[in-house]
Amino acid sequence: MAHATNHRNLSLKFLIWGYIIWSLVPVLIAVIYSFNDGRSRTVWQGFSLRWWITDPYASIFRNDETRNAISNSLVLAFATILVVTPLGIALAIGSQRIRGRSANFVQGLTSTPLITPEIVVGAALLLTFTRLFTAVPLGFVAQLLGNVTFSLASVVVIVRARLVSIGASFEEAARDLGATRWQALRFVLLPMLWPSVMASLVVVFATVIDDFVITSFLSAGVSSETVPLRIYSSVRGGATPALNALATLLVLTSFAVLIIGLFGLSTWRKRHGERGGLRAALADVTQINS
Amino acid sequence: MARPMDTLYRWLTQIKLNKSPRLWAGFAIPGTVWLIVLFAIPFYAVACVAFGTIDPVFRDAVPQWNPLSWNFVQAQQIFTSLATGPLQGVAIRTVVYVVCAMSLSFVIGFPIAYFLARHAGKRKILLLVLIIVPFWVNYLMRMLAWVNLLSVDGLFTRFMRIFGVNYNWLDGSPITVILGLVYGYIPFLILPLYATLERLDWRLVDAARDLGANSRQAFRLVTLPMSKAGLVAAGILIALPMFGDYYTNDLLSRSPSTEMIGNQIDFFLNASSQPQNGALLVLALSLFLLLFMSFYLRSTRQQTRQVTR
Repeated sequence: MAHATNHRNLSLKFLIWGYIIWSLVPVLIAVIYSFNDGRSRTVWQGFSLRWWITDPYASIFRNDETRNAISNSLVLAFATILVVTPLGIALAIGSQRIRGRSANFVQGLTSTPLITPEIVVGAALLLTFTRLFTAVPLGFVAQLLGNVTFSLASVVVIVRARLVSIGASFEEAARDLGATRWQALRFVLLPMLWPSVMASLVVVFATVIDDFVITSFLSAGVSSETVPLRIYSSVRGGATPALNALATLLVLTSFAVLIIGLFGLSTWRKRHGERGGLRAALADVTQINS
Repeated sequence: MARPMDTLYRWLTQIKLNKSPRLWAGFAIPGTVWLIVLFAIPFYAVACVAFGTIDPVFRDAVPQWNPLSWNFVQAQQIFTSLATGPLQGVAIRTVVYVVCAMSLSFVIGFPIAYFLARHAGKRKILLLVLIIVPFWVNYLMRMLAWVNLLSVDGLFTRFMRIFGVNYNWLDGSPITVILGLVYGYIPFLILPLYATLERLDWRLVDAARDLGANSRQAFRLVTLPMSKAGLVAAGILIALPMFGDYYTNDLLSRSPSTEMIGNQIDFFLNASSQPQNGALLVLALSLFLLLFMSFYLRSTRQQTRQVTR
């Protein structure tokens, strides 16, 4: 019996490592080929940094269009964060505390964007901005509004989870000690929400910087081209390894933000005497408890 | 415009009446208004374009804002086309590809989630991190990686040639598209599955085994019924984006012979300007997905209620 169980565990172990290899190695190969010396993305011709920095025209840090896309992506991500974070925190607090029929409505409204396919949101916003709210021009502003709408729900989910785990007792204690409702919120609850705010920043940044569908539906050509749009339009052409370099840069950026966020989260926890460390930080960001 | 604003105002003031302090309602209002204006109203706009008319001179769609004068001529045409006409292939392909990709994702993903939740032991955190990594790798990068491997002189194509397999992977192959969907979305299945299985009370399974059930019976009679809700929710979670996917197809096949409904929407709205047809397909897709979405929302709401209690 024990033998059979071990046998099955072994094959499960094979499966899981096989899966991990399958899911990561192709990406690693693409990263490696960004250092290819030749123009091919499939045949190795020696190591070079030409697609990253040395080539004066084609390398990603020197090509004007690519630099434009990089700056567009960063501006869009930071602008979205600026708008969506306060909006999301307020909505999370408010929607958790109102009661009755309107509460159901607000809750339904906040959780629906999270599971609506992006193409539906993108198409709906495109038709809205071209026909109803025609004051909103396609391009940066439309992309900003679209990305805020799409990522609002994830901020709400993350902050609400934290609100639930904090519970009402701290605020009640503050109220008993004479704080007004607003003071209890400002000086007791908000500081405790900090980990979820940090987690939201990381998640929103990664979502927006990676977003393709909404940003593409609402773009107005080259002036509002972001990195994912640039990658998308050249994957099937005869693009050089500069494409791999650009995609690698995108991945490195989101990992950098993730790692900074995780580090910040676990430090915060340590300093405030909350247990969990990195594990809890990971749970903050992924919303999955391990 | 006066009447909708009135209703909106009355509705917003009602929040306050529902026994909640004004402060909390004030917190919820900005976000709620944002979502009404930029999420709910856009759906209405889609319907107005879908049931509007076509300008006879410029061939552009003219939205009909008054529901009472909606015109359903084009809608009928598109729906007939989806059911029996030229778009039938697209409809069938969308469903078949998603069902295949889903089944394959479950076949691969369930054992992985199961192992992670039950037997991972000391390596659990490492494995979990490695499984979360693809989440943070841009989707386009993951597709780009496979485009490189599968192109005519790509590593994988060359590798397969050793075994005498000479297949044109990137030229309208349904196999590539389905595997691409699996590759793209399976991380989003494994994590929720893991979360579900992790929460199960495995003592009940052990009890079933102690009472004489063999492992297969224990799985079928105890594990599966206990985790059914989570499995369905996780399945819906990846089915929804798969149904709306067009980029996977666009990157890995680019052929009309593998087009899904997302590709048609993208085509109508972005490539050729036929916004009315695009709006109608968006509407058809949303109606179809509404079923799954409401089911998912209900099941998660039940879960949060259990948690908050």
